[in-house]
Amino acid sequence: MGDMIKGNIAIAEAAVRAGVKLYAGYPITPSTEIMEYLSKRLPEVGASFVQAESELAGINMVMGAAACGVRALTASSGPGISLKQEGISCISDEELACVVINVVRYGNGLGTLYSAQCDYHRETRGGGNGDYRCIVLCPGSIQEAVDLMATAYELAEKYRIVTVMMTEGALGQMMEPCELPDFIEPEKHPWGFDGKYTYKKIGIFDRNSMDEAVELNKKHETIKAEEQRWEEEGLEDADYVFVAFGLPGRSVQGAVKELRAEGHKVGFIRPITTWPFPEKAFENINKDVKGLISVEANATGQLVDDVALTIKKTIKDRNVSTYCLPCVYGIPTIKFTKEGLHKIMSGEIKEAY
Amino acid sequence: MAKARKVPAIIDNPMSFCPGCGHGIVIRLITECLEELGQDQNLIFALGVGCSSLLGGGLVTDRLHCPHGRASAVATGMKRVQPENTIVAYQGDGDAYSIGIAETINAAYRNENFTMIAINNTNYGMTGGQMSWTTMPGQVTTTSPLGRDCEITGNPLKFPELVASQFDVAFAARGAVTTPKNVNKLKKYIKNGLEAQLNGEGYSVIEVLSPCPTNWKLSPLNSMKRIEEELIPYYPLGVFKERKEN
Repeated sequence: MGDMIKGNIAIAEAAVRAGVKLYAGYPITPSTEIMEYLSKRLPEVGASFVQAESELAGINMVMGAAACGVRALTASSGPGISLKQEGISCISDEELACVVINVVRYGNGLGTLYSAQCDYHRETRGGGNGDYRCIVLCPGSIQEAVDLMATAYELAEKYRIVTVMMTEGALGQMMEPCELPDFIEPEKHPWGFDGKYTYKKIGIFDRNSMDEAVELNKKHETIKAEEQRWEEEGLEDADYVFVAFGLPGRSVQGAVKELRAEGHKVGFIRPITTWPFPEKAFENINKDVKGLISVEANATGQLVDDVALTIKKTIKDRNVSTYCLPCVYGIPTIKFTKEGLHKIMSGEIKEAY
Repeated sequence: MAKARKVPAIIDNPMSFCPGCGHGIVIRLITECLEELGQDQNLIFALGVGCSSLLGGGLVTDRLHCPHGRASAVATGMKRVQPENTIVAYQGDGDAYSIGIAETINAAYRNENFTMIAINNTNYGMTGGQMSWTTMPGQVTTTSPLGRDCEITGNPLKFPELVASQFDVAFAARGAVTTPKNVNKLKKYIKNGLEAQLNGEGYSVIEVLSPCPTNWKLSPLNSMKRIEEELIPYYPLGVFKERKEN
């Protein structure tokens, strides 16, 4: 077991070890430690750090580095990621690869500093203008976040897509024991600019959007088929299945353990990728399941939509009720989840779908 | 005897600029300079949104069409990870000075080691001639139909003078494409800017007063005349920040 380390610092060091060549970003709580750490660390390993004048400039600097085929990173939180959407959409359109970390905080507009998962819809639907998706990784522990950092780049480069590492304020700020990965020295990608026009990229006015749409759909279908990641337990005989990711996903595991011990047939799915959504996990659910329950840190329920759509695709002969337990912000306690189940079983909480 | 001039090798396709537009002259000058400096095969363009992006259709070189106004941020990222490449941000006045003023000014502020070439034709060309921050007082555009009222829209922006006086940049100049003499001077400015970058001296900016006959609703000749008579008195030509070694 490794030393105790703060989430944001661990993720930043994992990015260094994954071979990041440029970080550009703007300070925002609760993600700031990532850039503070990298401002010292990246120059030590011969990489670049730029404190950008804005979130917009930060993501566009990342775009410039990504266009050169090297690993580039930016991090922010809620409203900062909103500002970056122009760049994320353009990077996606150019089929460049990069990683964006969103240390999610609660709220609309400027939001608050509370830990939350309220950016679920935006991250899993692309987020900016147009018709694209990002691969979204949702670690449930600092160790998992660290282990997913190199994976985030491998996926981004394999599919030439943006990978969003969606953590939460609490995961960024808390400390856990963590083993850091070894250093890797990634190759510069052949499609990166070298100044010699080796890769014959064409200009936007010469592109064929009809053909590109076919390719984009193929790419998305491949990612959906190949890259779903999740953790599951107790699905085969479950009356109720909880679905939760990140820290709520971790908390729900504890609730499931206690509920099982009390004689309730419950299970859980913890999506590690929220796009692609782990639809394959739903195939392992008991066909007589009574209900699906999303547990999420937001006000209105977002994950619940994907849970309902996926169970509809999986169990087609009847409507399986889908419930939502939103805890607004923070991390739902085991007690919260257990009480939620009892309220659902007693009819106090009605189904969302 | 007339000397045959070779077209720079990286100009490959016809560019779709309007008749009488100045962009073609500037692109020719940039590519000539790059070739003369041995940089035409060591080059990445960060292109603006607007008519400046049409450069992308004409040249066979690494080039990225950047989000509107962000070319200087994109160029920053490129130069930081590949300092051995020559990076040129090619933008218009609307792109560089209005929507992109933050990215443009901050690249100059940090003294980023790349070259920005801004085509100032005193309006948004590609969208059909709207007012920009360099539109002249009283100039009629589609969004200043009664002529630009500087009382409520501010005064035309002089970017090279601004960065030369406020920031520690390597080179700042303004040229024009109106006469052979001015074109030759402009070429020297562009070459100086690129040389500054090659020597690692820092940020260089060359603004170019360039005609937009289509949106100015003037003939190409009268457009050149307008630059000489109306623009140059407000936007003086010359070098505002000399390179330290010169």
